[in-house]
Amino acid sequence: MAKIIMTADDSASVRQMVSFTLKQGGYEVVEAVDGKDALQKLAGRKVDMLITDLNMPNLDGIGLIKGARALPSCKFIPIIMLTTESTDTKKQEGKSAGATGWIVKPFKPEQLMAVVKKVLG
Amino acid sequence: MIDVHRQAFKEEAYELLSELESSLLELEERPDDSDLIGRVFRAMHTIKGSGSMFGFDDIAHFTHEVETIFDMVRNGKLEVTKTLVNLTLSARDQIKSMLDNSDGGGGADLAESGRIIAGLRALASIEAPVAARVEAKAKSAATEARITYRVRFQPNPDIFSCGSNPLNLLAELRDLGPCNVVAQTAALPALEDMDPELCYILWDVVLTTDQGLNAIRDVFIFVEDDCVLSIDMIAEYDEASGQENHQKLGEIMRDRGDISAEEMAAVLAKQRRFGELAVANGLVTEDKVESALVEQRHVQAVRQEKQNADAGNSIRVPAERLDVLVNLVGELVTVQARLSQTAAGRADAELVAIAEEVERLTGELRDSALNIRMLPIGSTFSKFKRLVRDLSGELGKEIEMTTDGAETELDKTVIERLNDPLVHLIRNSIDHGVELPETRVAAGKPRFGTVHLSAVHSGDSVLITIKDDGAGLDKEAIRAKAVERGLISASAELPEKELFALIFAPGFSTAKKVSSVSGRGVGMDVVKRAIDQLRGTIELASVYGEGTRIMVRIPLTLAIIESLLVRIGGDFYMLPLSMVDECVELTREDVARAHGRNLANVRDHLVPYIPLRERFLIPGVVPDIEQIVITQVNGVRVGFVVDQVIGEHQTVIKSLGRAYKNAEGISGATILGDGSVALILDVPQLVQSVEAEAA
Repeated sequence: MAKIIMTADDSASVRQMVSFTLKQGGYEVVEAVDGKDALQKLAGRKVDMLITDLNMPNLDGIGLIKGARALPSCKFIPIIMLTTESTDTKKQEGKSAGATGWIVKPFKPEQLMAVVKKVLG
Repeated sequence: MIDVHRQAFKEEAYELLSELESSLLELEERPDDSDLIGRVFRAMHTIKGSGSMFGFDDIAHFTHEVETIFDMVRNGKLEVTKTLVNLTLSARDQIKSMLDNSDGGGGADLAESGRIIAGLRALASIEAPVAARVEAKAKSAATEARITYRVRFQPNPDIFSCGSNPLNLLAELRDLGPCNVVAQTAALPALEDMDPELCYILWDVVLTTDQGLNAIRDVFIFVEDDCVLSIDMIAEYDEASGQENHQKLGEIMRDRGDISAEEMAAVLAKQRRFGELAVANGLVTEDKVESALVEQRHVQAVRQEKQNADAGNSIRVPAERLDVLVNLVGELVTVQARLSQTAAGRADAELVAIAEEVERLTGELRDSALNIRMLPIGSTFSKFKRLVRDLSGELGKEIEMTTDGAETELDKTVIERLNDPLVHLIRNSIDHGVELPETRVAAGKPRFGTVHLSAVHSGDSVLITIKDDGAGLDKEAIRAKAVERGLISASAELPEKELFALIFAPGFSTAKKVSSVSGRGVGMDVVKRAIDQLRGTIELASVYGEGTRIMVRIPLTLAIIESLLVRIGGDFYMLPLSMVDECVELTREDVARAHGRNLANVRDHLVPYIPLRERFLIPGVVPDIEQIVITQVNGVRVGFVVDQVIGEHQTVIKSLGRAYKNAEGISGATILGDGSVALILDVPQLVQSVEAEAA
């Protein structure tokens, strides 16, 4: 059965690109437009991985990660954050919120797939 | 597909570029407007960011330079001047042209990019960055020698809580090279004390890789802070002395800090197996010994492998030895065929099983023996490049040669014998095909003519194509010449293929003047003969004014071919299967209907045939229903009438010896399963000689 990955991003073009790349790689994709939307959708269904942007309206990435980790179904899933800065502060904040890893924007489809493969096996 | 994203990016970028243009023009009037500067910067930033995301690396690199300058402007380190605006405008035009050219076009002018960047850097008075050099260095480091590392990975107990799976990381390590993993479970508590959400295990990994230390560190990039990780180099093969410092078990454990040097010395003094002793003395657990042993074995294995590899890279063998081998394999194939036939004739299941096994092994042996003789055709190709260069210079033409499929492999002998005909064909293309630069320009073609040489595998043969974009063949000139030479009658209506095939007739040349290169009318017939001897075929296609394409099809090897076995009277014959199109029946009524002409009606097409029984003067009674094997040679279909078609056969070709060298229509012989001899028909030659008699 195909693994399900959620992508949470307020930018439609990034979401489209992430979603397209993952589908090409044989994954099923659930899209969410911000942190709040993502949390609502996560409560309803089980996903195998979460890829989230950090800057989003309503609920930002850090908030989403914390919220997701509090859900029993998401306690151990890999969570990857998309950051624009390669500075350590944001990464650290995300890590302590419970993120598994990060991808620095801009990234290419191959890089995305490499990270997904790395954390999802 | 991915093009959808590229398209979306391009549209976005065009929009940004036009916005950038108007911002820049405004900026020229109001150079201090920080809002405008910000807009310019953001536009550049987005183009750079999205560009690299969707594979427009050249644009991203170039834009990065411009962005850097505007970052300085934004921070007040640089003033907006007319020169800066001018340069940025041309940079914007350059990005646009890069975008325009991104769909397989010729690419944008790199020199222009360089000029703009140099101009901008001069303005900002910054040095060329050293980044490029550093990158190059990092790259060269990536192809390091194979080094063995000892990795100890001890994740923090709560590693699962951030979604990391240590097993994935270990799997990733395995992808880097030969790898042995030992899990250390000493820290595992009793079941009642265990928290299933925590990780108690640590892993010792011995990994040999040529990817370098950074590749290993990259594996653990996300968990760096959540684990204790140590990576040490343990064995490096010393090329100079051929010595490797591989360690004794005790030393390994000492290096790992599992045991101290004094403890080791104390244990060693007792002179028993170190591992057992260390455990017995309660110094280390069995896990640790096991792990160290794994490391020792790993290093030894890597070393062994290395020695094997050094010895076995390649060897040079005289070609004759290979010929002997191929010959022997040929004999073996013959004997195997006999075995199979004998086995099939007896109801002995055991014998049949053995025969099948031998058949399979012989097949594999044959393939690998023939494979040894295979060479890539590329070396010949590069010779031709030189030929084209020299000849086109001599003739005052501007010709570029492109090649394709240089890695295609062919039998060594075939490659050698193919050289001369190919040289001839390429000369022809250069001399007759590609026009003088002025003529080309007048005809609306690029000044530079192209000769394209390609080789590609197709079935059991290799297809070599020589294509030029020259004048093409003049059908009328060929026809006129053929009529003049008496090759065809003035009223003959020939299909294009057959008309072009006339070029291969002896003494045929339409060139008006004789040059040092070609035109004397020797050539194409020689080429044809050489290709025939390789049992290949040659075909021409051409569009007048646009170019010519010559296709040469050559069997992969000369020693063994697939053929169709047929019988006439008591004798067996073979036709190369690559030439056979189909088989149809020929009844007495069909013969009567044709009124003495040797023509068969095959699905409303008339196919001429050669009754082999008559031709070879074989006595005996003609069966009521004969078979026509229809062959296709150079686009012409000709049938051969035989008594019976037996089936496909792996044929090992034997030459007939000097006495039969001039036997017409026979190219060789082979020995059948029951020991009898079958003659291999030379189809093109048979057709030719029958045609010659008829004319």
